[in-house]
Amino acid sequence: MKNLFFIFLLLLSAHAYAVEPSEMLPDPALEARAREISQNLRCLVCQGQDIDDSQADLAGDLRRLVRARITAGDTDAQVYGFIKARYGDYVLMNPPLEGRTALLWAAPLLALCAGLGIAFLFIRKNGGS
Amino acid sequence: MLKFLPLGIFLLLAVLLALPLLQGKDPSFIASPMIGRQAPASPKIPRGQPALVNVFASWCVSCREEQAILKDIAKEESIAVYGLDYKDTPPALKKFLSATGNPFRDVTPDEDGRMGIDWGITGVPETFVVDKDGVIRYKYAGPITQDVADTILHPMLAELKQ
Repeated sequence: MKNLFFIFLLLLSAHAYAVEPSEMLPDPALEARAREISQNLRCLVCQGQDIDDSQADLAGDLRRLVRARITAGDTDAQVYGFIKARYGDYVLMNPPLEGRTALLWAAPLLALCAGLGIAFLFIRKNGGS
Repeated sequence: MLKFLPLGIFLLLAVLLALPLLQGKDPSFIASPMIGRQAPASPKIPRGQPALVNVFASWCVSCREEQAILKDIAKEESIAVYGLDYKDTPPALKKFLSATGNPFRDVTPDEDGRMGIDWGITGVPETFVVDKDGVIRYKYAGPITQDVADTILHPMLAELKQ
């Protein structure tokens, strides 16, 4: 019972982020914006991690750059634009929905429909038994 | 019929994924949004001549090997190679250049890596071809081998010089 309680406490522990206290902005509102932007920017030298979550050097540099841009008065869109101009769409964790990325966004739905279609054919062929 | 469907999907995916390899595309060539754009302000590159920009560091082992090849390219094409010394210190740079033989017309220090971000680099070494109008034409990630020099950089520079 006691063990279970401690396991439960572990579940309550916060997700560990890579942001160093020294990187944080003194203004909590600006810092919150920086955190949100960082969570939408890909760590380019990692596997599927955002820069808020990564301890890679380049991720740290980009986190500081995001904060520098915010402090300089950039809007969120300007910060994204600044990074995107240098690293392309790939740096965004969610690629933008445009004509040429439509298939990418539709792929999971298409795969699901194909799977359902195959399942339907299979069940019907086997007489639903 | 239906039982061959998974095999069919597998073969389709295998062909799709193998296509870039079969076409002989070099995986080190990265489609960078920097290509086709004006080169960042640093390092400063004079207009009128194509040039190479090599992002390197003394702590980068694979940068060591490409220095001799860069030197050859600069000499044979009579163009300048400009170095961006990424996250390095002046004493380490000096030691590095005297050991490898300096291929650079000029080296710009980038101690905090901020200039590297303006070039959109993700690591070192990376090499850019800049044309005579200061437009980035090509980016290569990883050390330049003799093969890359012969098949890509020499033909490209020869064309850009015309």
